[in-house]
Amino acid sequence: MSHDLIVLGLLVLFSLALGALLLAIPRLLGARSSQKGLLDIFECGVPLRDGTQRRMQVRFYLIAIIFIVFDVEAVFLFPWAVLFRRLGMFGFIEMLFFIAVLALGLVYVWRKGGLEWD
Amino acid sequence: MNQTTLTLLIDAGKIAVILGCTMGAVAYTTFAERRFAAFMQNRIGPNRAGPWGLLQPLADGFKFMFKEDFVPEFADRFLYRLAPIVAFVPALLLVGVLPFGPDLVIGSQVIPLQIADPNFGVLYFLAIASFGVYGVIMAGWGSNNKYSIAGGLRASAMMISYEVSMGLAVVGLIMMAGTVHMSTIVGQQDGFFGWFIWKQPLGFLIFVVTTFAETHRVPFDLPEAEQELVGGYNTEYGSMQLGLFQMGEYAHLITASALMVALYLGGWQFPGLNLLENSPILYALAGLTVMAVKVFFIIFVFIWVRWTIPRFRYDQLMRLGWKVLLPLALLNILVTALVILI
Repeated sequence: MSHDLIVLGLLVLFSLALGALLLAIPRLLGARSSQKGLLDIFECGVPLRDGTQRRMQVRFYLIAIIFIVFDVEAVFLFPWAVLFRRLGMFGFIEMLFFIAVLALGLVYVWRKGGLEWD
Repeated sequence: MNQTTLTLLIDAGKIAVILGCTMGAVAYTTFAERRFAAFMQNRIGPNRAGPWGLLQPLADGFKFMFKEDFVPEFADRFLYRLAPIVAFVPALLLVGVLPFGPDLVIGSQVIPLQIADPNFGVLYFLAIASFGVYGVIMAGWGSNNKYSIAGGLRASAMMISYEVSMGLAVVGLIMMAGTVHMSTIVGQQDGFFGWFIWKQPLGFLIFVVTTFAETHRVPFDLPEAEQELVGGYNTEYGSMQLGLFQMGEYAHLITASALMVALYLGGWQFPGLNLLENSPILYALAGLTVMAVKVFFIIFVFIWVRWTIPRFRYDQLMRLGWKVLLPLALLNILVTALVILI
């Protein structure tokens, strides 16, 4: 168990080193230029309009909140799934209530139009 | 040299070899994608660098290395620099729990062909895979370009939407297997009809669709829809920083395919393979080959789909994720529970 963690830590070190190495290479070998336009914001050849800090749809925020609810649900489902056979009928009925409450939540969001993008 | 040091050395060697193989696979997946694309569109594709163009990935790598490394002056320097690393490293970390073959026995030394086999294997994969969102959103915000921000927001909303269904699809499989221990799950899939795809067909389908979204593959490549968003979240990037994003994406594709094979398609197991069990080295090599062939087949399917199905619209994508896949995943859990109990 702890050995696995040590090895995974080693993997993290190796991967970080690989990423850092790859990023360091163009710093040494890469071209140097002071071309005008290189530092401009990308815009297909026309002057920039509307700026960059624009308003974004609030739906992205809504999706993030709904995601948290359902991801927490998944967190509770994983241990239940591992022990499912041992818990038997009792565990099934308990989880049925849990899923039913969340499904109700999904139906509510759905009916309220929280999942519409038009 | 005592046993602990030897094991650690072997582990370090394994990590180096597996990371090397992954990077090689990444390079040649880009090549395969371009050649298959050309084939499907009746073109020739890259065929000039080396025999049949086989050195093309190397040429691409060198091109990345000799490009200017720069930070646009309007960008958030810290996030802009950090984002490629955050996109690249977790994709590589995913190889940590993948089982590539049966134990390799050399003399008295037993070497599992897997970097680590913790008892939280599947959870580790799902957790690390969801780190990809951070790289995307950091790149989008840090670039301070409207296309990047739009691409980053779209990508993160899409990835978190499909992540829920992916986790719930795997729950059905975990109920069947009764464990999240990777090598045990592969060990349970003995014989062709022991593969979990037959016991979890709906779960497999949901898993495949969500994997397409998680790896930003067509038909879910909205984050980089070039007709609307230029390059999406990596518009402002160049040089090796752009390279890291792309390598990370392909590494994620490869590891996700390997996870799909390990969970649903029997991993390195194949009917008749256990005839070789008496000669451990041959057995390990055969297992590795089977795994590689299966993973390559899945990658081929990803490429094939890319040139077959057009991109979805964003509202269609969200509707599919929340109104179809999520209820189906919940249904899959209930049906699996009933099947196990009865």
